[in-house]
Amino acid sequence: MYEGAVQDLIDELGRLPGVGPKSAQRIAFHLLAAESVDVERLASTLVRVKNEVRFCTICGNVAEADQCRICTDTRRDPSVICVVEEPKDVVAVERTREFRGRYHVLGGAISPIDGVGPDDLRIRELLTRLRDGVVTELILATDPNLEGEATATYLARMINPMGLTVTRLASGLPVGGDLEYADEVTLGRAFSGRRRVD
Amino acid sequence: MYVRHLSVSDFRSWSAADVTFEPGASALVGSNGQGKTNLVEALGYLATLASHRVPTDAPLVRSGAERAVVRAAVVADSRELRVEVEITPGRANRAKLNGAGVPRARDILGALRVVLFAPEDLAIVRGDPSERRRFLDELVVARSPRLAGVRADYERVLKQRAALLKSAGAARRSGGGSDLRTLDVWDGHLAEHGAQLLAARLAAVQALRPHAVAAYAQVAPASVELTLRYSSALTAALPEIAESVPDVGVLEAALLSEVARVRAAELERGVNLVGPHRDDLDLGLGELAVRGYASHGEGWSVALALRLGSYELLRADYPRGAEPVLVLDDVFAELDVNRREQLALVASKAEQALITAAVASDVPEQLQGARYDVHEGAVRRVR
Repeated sequence: MYEGAVQDLIDELGRLPGVGPKSAQRIAFHLLAAESVDVERLASTLVRVKNEVRFCTICGNVAEADQCRICTDTRRDPSVICVVEEPKDVVAVERTREFRGRYHVLGGAISPIDGVGPDDLRIRELLTRLRDGVVTELILATDPNLEGEATATYLARMINPMGLTVTRLASGLPVGGDLEYADEVTLGRAFSGRRRVD
Repeated sequence: MYVRHLSVSDFRSWSAADVTFEPGASALVGSNGQGKTNLVEALGYLATLASHRVPTDAPLVRSGAERAVVRAAVVADSRELRVEVEITPGRANRAKLNGAGVPRARDILGALRVVLFAPEDLAIVRGDPSERRRFLDELVVARSPRLAGVRADYERVLKQRAALLKSAGAARRSGGGSDLRTLDVWDGHLAEHGAQLLAARLAAVQALRPHAVAAYAQVAPASVELTLRYSSALTAALPEIAESVPDVGVLEAALLSEVARVRAAELERGVNLVGPHRDDLDLGLGELAVRGYASHGEGWSVALALRLGSYELLRADYPRGAEPVLVLDDVFAELDVNRREQLALVASKAEQALITAAVASDVPEQLQGARYDVHEGAVRRVR
């Protein structure tokens, strides 16, 4: 145990995800040794993030204004929406530079254990977006785990009758990987999702 | 296959132990409480990632220690494989194959195959249905390790669905509109994963049946025939599951319609009422159920026949050189002369049989191979 502020800092850092007691201690002493300017910049960024960052009123992604940059970008295709669980998934899809449509961030996945039902996700907002007839395709990019699949199935059942094309991201083998190292579930899915080679 | 070397650290009573084994029969002999069973329990853990004695991992770690490590060198078809698992209660186990970490501990399943017969097995015959389901699932996973993942997913679906049934049922009782829209989705997941598990269990029962019946006839020649029947809520809708394994799609559809039928009751009680987690393996001797009617000795014979049957089944299932290691933990003292001889006959044919006994005279004549004294925290080879 350290005295006063140092221990408080270690405790606070230790509450962050992925930071254990040892890492918390290391970060705390790093900050203690750092220049005041650097620490003040970090502190003011933390405050700013809480005060200024908002969620886009259209897609639910993090934004600095009412609407995020992707939703206001007129070059993006408004007819395709990619549905993801978290803002960090938007970043992951953006890195591919393959997708030129817009996003919808649900804010999680259906998980009754955690008390998360459809009403706790931004599903109503999604339905409102689909109503104007501009959107023709919906890509379900929730996580490929039990809860993500449940969310995707739920959305597909609800939206399919509306006459839109609903697709789900494929699951299968990682690129550059070896067949022998794939686990049976992944390999099994890759088999059932196989494509014809012309 | 056989275990060439076993080492444990901070496992149960052992701070450290190192034992080298040979193929054939080996006996670990020592007074009560010296840690014989702990050593074979460690082997069982490497093979199934569960203890045959306790449902949780906490008791496996020596008191005062943070984690236990079990390592073994397994020789299958003259190729040696090193398997290691690190047990930390409350955290995910970490496992290694040939010194390299694997992403999930269950990836080591199948590297070491063990059929373990222990006094606890009487619970398969006398205990709750959950004991028999556990026995079947162990067999299912031993036949096809992929099913470990299916089973884990199925259990997760059950938890999610139970949580939903509870909250929806409570909302309905308090007069509010209950949220049943997502229940259909979870029904689908339950049927999908449940059907795979069910198909694997049915296949396991049907493959085990001839072996277990033959083993029982051998162990108790004077008795009537042993019967095994998988009992499920689906039997009414699909009577053919008693004799054959329907297509997974057929089982999935049957589960879905059964779930729909009992929905009101499920909401009322807030529990999952249909699925492989409610099924049972009915064991009978002639017309009578083993549970309730069989004597203590008959119960033992049935438990023994199930294990020996599993052993024969796995031996037939696996390619040559991959037959499982037979572990007999403290069982000879419980058996009469005839059963002892029958068990010794099977064990003497095994590529490797590891036997624990409190007194050396409990180990039958045919199995007098290598002998190890287990005494005061040390294992010493004496023959």
